[in-house]
Amino acid sequence: MSGISDALPEIAVNGSRKRMRQALVSAGPLIGIFVFALTVPFFSNDYWVLIATRAAIYWLLAGALNLVVGFAGQLAIGYIALLTVGAYVTTILSTGNVLPPIPPLAALVVAGAVGSLFGVIVGLPALRLRTFYFAITTFGFATIVTQIALAWQSVTGGGIGLAGPEFPAPFNSKLGFYYFCLAFAALCTWMTFNVAHSRFGRALIAIRDAEVAAEAAGISKARLLITVFIFTGAAAAVAGGLFASLQTYITPDAFTFDLSILFFISILIGGRGSILGPMLGTMILTVLPEIAAPLATWSTFLYAVLLLAVVLAVPGGIAALLDFKSRKPLQRDRVIMPRGSEIVEVLRSARASVPLTLRGVALSFGGVRALDGVDLDVRPGEIHGLIGPNGSGKTTILNIISGYYLPETGTVRFGEDALEQHPTVSRASKGIARTFQTPRIVGEATVLQNVLIGGTVHGRGSFAETLLSLARHRQDEEAYHIEGLLALRAVGLEGLADVRADRLQHSELRFMEIARALMARPAVLLLDEPAAGLSADEIKRLGQLVKEISRCGIAILVVEHHADLIFDICDHVTVLNLGQVLANGTPAEIRVHKEVVSAYLGG
Amino acid sequence: MIASILASGLAVGAVYALIGVTYNTMFSASRVISFTTGMLGMLGGVFGSLFVLRLGLPIWMGFALTLTCCALIGVLTEFVAVRPVLKSLDQHLYVLTTLALSLMIQQLTATEWSTEPQRFPRLFDIGAGVFDEKFWLPVVACGIVMGALELLYRHTLVGKAFLAIAEDNFAARALGLPERNLRIASFALAGAIGAFAGFAGGELLLAFVANGALLNFYGFVPVALGGLGNNRGAIVAGFALGIYQQAANFIVGGIFASVAVFALFIILLLAAPQGLFGAPATRRV
Repeated sequence: MSGISDALPEIAVNGSRKRMRQALVSAGPLIGIFVFALTVPFFSNDYWVLIATRAAIYWLLAGALNLVVGFAGQLAIGYIALLTVGAYVTTILSTGNVLPPIPPLAALVVAGAVGSLFGVIVGLPALRLRTFYFAITTFGFATIVTQIALAWQSVTGGGIGLAGPEFPAPFNSKLGFYYFCLAFAALCTWMTFNVAHSRFGRALIAIRDAEVAAEAAGISKARLLITVFIFTGAAAAVAGGLFASLQTYITPDAFTFDLSILFFISILIGGRGSILGPMLGTMILTVLPEIAAPLATWSTFLYAVLLLAVVLAVPGGIAALLDFKSRKPLQRDRVIMPRGSEIVEVLRSARASVPLTLRGVALSFGGVRALDGVDLDVRPGEIHGLIGPNGSGKTTILNIISGYYLPETGTVRFGEDALEQHPTVSRASKGIARTFQTPRIVGEATVLQNVLIGGTVHGRGSFAETLLSLARHRQDEEAYHIEGLLALRAVGLEGLADVRADRLQHSELRFMEIARALMARPAVLLLDEPAAGLSADEIKRLGQLVKEISRCGIAILVVEHHADLIFDICDHVTVLNLGQVLANGTPAEIRVHKEVVSAYLGG
Repeated sequence: MIASILASGLAVGAVYALIGVTYNTMFSASRVISFTTGMLGMLGGVFGSLFVLRLGLPIWMGFALTLTCCALIGVLTEFVAVRPVLKSLDQHLYVLTTLALSLMIQQLTATEWSTEPQRFPRLFDIGAGVFDEKFWLPVVACGIVMGALELLYRHTLVGKAFLAIAEDNFAARALGLPERNLRIASFALAGAIGAFAGFAGGELLLAFVANGALLNFYGFVPVALGGLGNNRGAIVAGFALGIYQQAANFIVGGIFASVAVFALFIILLLAAPQGLFGAPATRRV
């Protein structure tokens, strides 16, 4: 994203100060926990150092898995498979019972590489399968890996097992190994923290809670998930190598499914989309059976009870309990005051718009002819209204333009580009943005984060740069926040930027969706019933806002039932009935069109 | 060898198919796929062994008690893990609640019963070799369940109400069907079917706590391949899975048989996520 700080120094300076403060607030507790962890050996005994070592290793895995389970919402219950793979690879390579031995640290690196490959294999079904289906495939992987470890005696030692690797001094003492593991845990936390506060983290949450909107914002689920699986697989396998060393001796029995459940449940009781919550969850689940010895045999039962209690009673988990900010009441009688004049600033780098042309578009659902040869021309700088009775095919047209449906016949051209030949996720980068009939939002994210999702395609930093918080990632984030606040000001929601989106009123969500669409700096904006559920005043302001947007040269297609709004703001109106164009013309022509009046407007 | 492959393949296939039917029975009534399904099959074996061998009850009484207990667990599932999350079905919280409940059942069984496989009583003592009752009992059980379900669904009012709910929950409720009671009844029925599968397959699979997780997986394969909610698909796919698995068992050995089953399952599922007999889902924005 280009440097905009010269244009708006005030927002930029205040924004970056505020961002700094927020980052400190969210990172503070994490840093506190690690400082505490550093001091553990000074006031406790070897036994507790051992427990703390185990917690650090578990967190290395659970922290990375958090991106898959907590952020992307994929129910990966069998990640023990990767811990097992990492443990065996590290052990086999460093003891040299198959190949000549290599140093344990090198073996750990190789294990990470193998783990990233396996992570992709285990995760791949998630691209096609959902929820229970994906959960059961990862469970299958966990079972299979353990069975192979048991059967492949010549390599893994079968049920007899292998002696775990010993890392070189100074990591071979209890204390040294603890700090070694703690360093990995800290590194993993820092990396996931960077991802969480980047376009990748926001995109993962969007895939989880608003998949359709994510697609419209140009987020490719497949690419993003595979990237995350690579990272998580590597971290989990490294955790496995450390685990093998901690165990000193590994057999397939060490990798029970119960342990897999511990990782999974830690994340869920911690709270989805948080880092602190799952970290506390992992610590609690690791330490709990140690405090009360009789609990040890019942630990899995206890975890299950916790999981059930969290899902039924506190769906947000520990993170929601700690989220004091969201309990403060919001100001009542809020008024949305869009500042149309700021639109120019938001859209200043939008590309020049080109005409959108539909010719002879037809589509059937089963026996219903939803669209029956529709022609439509949406021109730059023009507001085009699309009206008609329920079921006349208005939303279907928007869905064809956005790529959710493929027309059976006919063409959709955007300038010279034949849109129907490109996948849905390509629309955002071509400059087509939209809102939805029912707002598709991420309720657990803040309003600002929701809006930033719209700009995902404009980020330049890669996932690797984000992991390490390199310059391009930091520039991206700075630009995102400036632009996001600007877009929120333009639609009149800047006061709610840091509020959870699910606390907003319905009308505010509609304006938030417009801000999100503006973040894409679109050439064409598709609005699906933007005035539904708005008060008369709000509709008036919405009309003003839409006019301002079109003045920037953007083509706008509005589907709407409020005839007054349509006739007030549109330059051109198309009336659909039963999948066909009934009339086409200026608002003045349509208002007196005989068939339109009898079929739709009434009077 | 072919005879043994067929005998054991049809036997485990019948158990898998019945567990698949158990999945489907719960799914039809509630749109929930439950992790407790495999546990019900496991408990069919454990309760059978407990009542008949440990407590010395007559076989028929042990059988009736096993079915009753598992039906109650089915109802418990509905109350604890299904009803509270039905309102937000789209969030798929049922995966978590049923997983939690199944883990509790598993740990409770492991602690109170045994973590080792235990003997299951010989029920009729008929047949030997490949015609041993442990091979044909599950197949007979599968036939009985299918026949009974057919009778229930086609010829009784309650059965037709089940079908109505499976077809369109909202419309059925609008017609005044007692949706909640029918759902509870479905979960009780599912519990009994799962228990029947475990009881009939008890001589083959023994009374073993680890069967729960295995049946969760192997019972879900026919559901996934046959299409969710499609009982006939589940039966066909269940028997096919059993024979394929046992053939792989005899030819390449136990561990690689599991790998073979798993690999085939993943490949088929990725190729046809809606199952081999299901219709592709249409997308609605």
